[in-house]
Amino acid sequence: MKENSVLEMRNIHKSFPGVRALQGVDFTLCEGEIHALMGENGAGKSTLIKVLTGVYEKDEGEIYLKGLNKPAVIKSPQDAQNLGISTVYQEITLCPNLTVAENMYIGRGKGQITNWNKMNKDADKILQNLGIPARANQQLGSCSIAIQQMVAIARAVDMDCKVLILDEPTSSLDDSEVEKLFGLMNDLKARGVGIIFVTHFLDQVYAVCDKITVLRDGQLVGEYVIEDLPRVQLVAKMLGKELDDMEDIKGEAAVYSGADADQNLLEAEGLQSDAGIKPFNFHIKKGEVNGFTGLLGSGRSESVRAIFGADHVLKGSVKVEGKTVKIHKPLDAMKAGIAYLPEDRKIDGIVGDLSVRENIILAAQVLKGFFHPFSKAQANKFADEYIKLLEIKTASADTPIKSLSGGNQQKCILARWLLTHPKYLILDEPTRGIDIGTKIEIQKLVLKLASEGMSVTFISSETDEMLRTCSRLIVMRDRRVVGELSGQELTQTKVMETIAGGEA
Amino acid sequence: MAGKGNAESKAMPKRGMTDSNKLLLITIIVFVAMYAGAMIFLGEGFLKVQTFCNLLNNNAALIITACGLSIVMITGGIDISVGGVVALVSMSCAVNLDYLNGNIFTSIMVALGIGLAFGIVQGFLVAYLDIQPFIVSLAGMFFARGMTTIVHSQPFNVANEAFQALKNTRIKLPFGSVNAKGVFVNAYVEIGVVVAIAIVVILFCVLRWMKLGRSFYAVGGNQQSALMLGINVKRTRFIAQLLSGLLAGIAGYVYFMHVGSGSPSHASGMEMNAIATSIIGGTLLTGGVGNIFGTFLGVLSLGLIQNIVSSIGLDQAWWTGITVAAMLCLFLVIQSVIMAQSRKKKAAV
Repeated sequence: MKENSVLEMRNIHKSFPGVRALQGVDFTLCEGEIHALMGENGAGKSTLIKVLTGVYEKDEGEIYLKGLNKPAVIKSPQDAQNLGISTVYQEITLCPNLTVAENMYIGRGKGQITNWNKMNKDADKILQNLGIPARANQQLGSCSIAIQQMVAIARAVDMDCKVLILDEPTSSLDDSEVEKLFGLMNDLKARGVGIIFVTHFLDQVYAVCDKITVLRDGQLVGEYVIEDLPRVQLVAKMLGKELDDMEDIKGEAAVYSGADADQNLLEAEGLQSDAGIKPFNFHIKKGEVNGFTGLLGSGRSESVRAIFGADHVLKGSVKVEGKTVKIHKPLDAMKAGIAYLPEDRKIDGIVGDLSVRENIILAAQVLKGFFHPFSKAQANKFADEYIKLLEIKTASADTPIKSLSGGNQQKCILARWLLTHPKYLILDEPTRGIDIGTKIEIQKLVLKLASEGMSVTFISSETDEMLRTCSRLIVMRDRRVVGELSGQELTQTKVMETIAGGEA
Repeated sequence: MAGKGNAESKAMPKRGMTDSNKLLLITIIVFVAMYAGAMIFLGEGFLKVQTFCNLLNNNAALIITACGLSIVMITGGIDISVGGVVALVSMSCAVNLDYLNGNIFTSIMVALGIGLAFGIVQGFLVAYLDIQPFIVSLAGMFFARGMTTIVHSQPFNVANEAFQALKNTRIKLPFGSVNAKGVFVNAYVEIGVVVAIAIVVILFCVLRWMKLGRSFYAVGGNQQSALMLGINVKRTRFIAQLLSGLLAGIAGYVYFMHVGSGSPSHASGMEMNAIATSIIGGTLLTGGVGNIFGTFLGVLSLGLIQNIVSSIGLDQAWWTGITVAAMLCLFLVIQSVIMAQSRKKKAAV
């Protein structure tokens, strides 16, 4: 082992049926360093971390820890904890039925008896120090997701760890909470703890990290000191090609030049649903890409859900191609040629245990009717066609979709809706939690579809992404449409102003 | 969370009760209200201390099985073999005493052995081979019922003198009430009640303060999370199932001491009563929430309903069934309302 390293992973191999997730990956973590682990979805970051924390057992390779003469044996999360490796996962891995304090202390320490008083006192002190607005004896399930995540961090930090792993801990935190976390990370760094930081946000990497290790397709691309690796380079390393797609796509507005380009594909008037949005009017032209923007909770998703009939519609009328249609449930909308890619793919999107093929043909099958199933050959043809078209990375069409990475799951859902040949496609946060490469692919695909005459509504939390793809933006605030921007008005500042209501 | 909501969410939240405590509170209120109602409207019988003691005497075995079941349910499992195990234990003990020249000690060993055996086998299948606990214990139930008939097919009363003495031992309590003749009579409980109460107290402490007990809750709350938090999930589930089996064995002996006979039809439906009383006591079938003291009150509530139904004069088993069904419905509705409310509150944060 090197002089000041706390953790060295050598030649790690791990395979799953049909996928070689890690192929001889090396990773070194030094004392008092924040080390970013970067890579696209499916690059092997999560697998590497799960090997390190004992959730998966490695097929090959060695893990060395400081103070241990022989390779460490990590067969369960317990082993990892005992060796001084603590982890905060992206999904909350705490028990909602226990109290905050219990979640911080359970599974640690030797004693068999719980001293509630002492535990609550200790926990309260830590919560206070970290500025987490929760009480020790409160049931965890009654806290918001962000606070739960902070509790998970508090637990990890309080354990006297040598290695702290943060696997996308920031996705549910707001800016001030992220700041707080960074402060905490720097404190720990000063104490000599080695921190592995996984995130999709490049800004955050450059804000706190010292080193970057890049993985791609289960292989090590390299380890870099942060000063030596500008952003563009990092993205290039992650994608594995020297491309400036980000520049490419800019300014390239969707142009559809059919004869019916000026006609409204869909018009909605006074639409209101039980999800609490104020009545709004909406229209979209053929071949147009528009978007709903606004802060989280401003009613972006609720608006499109009302159009699709996913929430209960109270009032309003919808016309598709000039004809009034009644949309009470998603099936009505699907029959009218509308497709909706939901915000939360885990809950509303994928059917985890079904194969990629079955997931792809699902919506088309529903439209066709369950008593007229697609033949095996047809289903195969469809699945193969879209796996190729969208470059879905899967071992085969028979692989259960849940074993795919997030970005590839998203592509499958997209394929599912494209297969229904919709006239109007609604994409609600299609790029959340997926890597830059796939993001750009999806953005490009949207523009391509539009240029072929499909109307697309695109929702994203990242404004620059919306500015790149949409020719018209509908701005929402407090569940109300507050503005519409197009043409020259489509700038970052203007959008911000409208969202904030600066000059209304 | 964005915008003006921010300021509010930063404020210190109220402590609030845990789900387990909320449901326990409801159980306590319902039990006390029912008992008070019975005292006021049905009078006499329910005013006597002995009535309460008989509630314990008649249900000691059920208390023990229900405790075991609560633990399994808190970890997110189920064990429907307990009724069968109770029957098998009482039959085996009866045969041991009357046909095999056994004594009290050997019969107790038989009971504990059977309970442990069921617990270990079922626990192994559930925890380490990851088979559905429902299926495992369904098989266990059939096996136990079948074995009972094989051990001895006819019901019979045990004649062993030492056992008779044990069975008839009454522990006098320092309080009581005046009987019809105007003589003061001490209230009494059977030995089984002492065993049951000791078990309730021990398990309550284990679940409240021991690491093991808290692990039961964690595993039931979210198995995956519990694993990530460094809890040995397999061992925890194994121990839960093991405890349920062992407690079923003990309950079998307590039941045997109460009835003094062996019969293949003993304790029929006891597993369902145990599940029902656990739920009335505030245990969630989905796991992670529950309280042993609640279960104890749940059993007493069930016994109380039976008493009330028969003292009103509706001395038919189905009336008890219907009342219990109504209570279960009530509890399930209350539980889901409470859970929905705390979810709503969370969403509002």
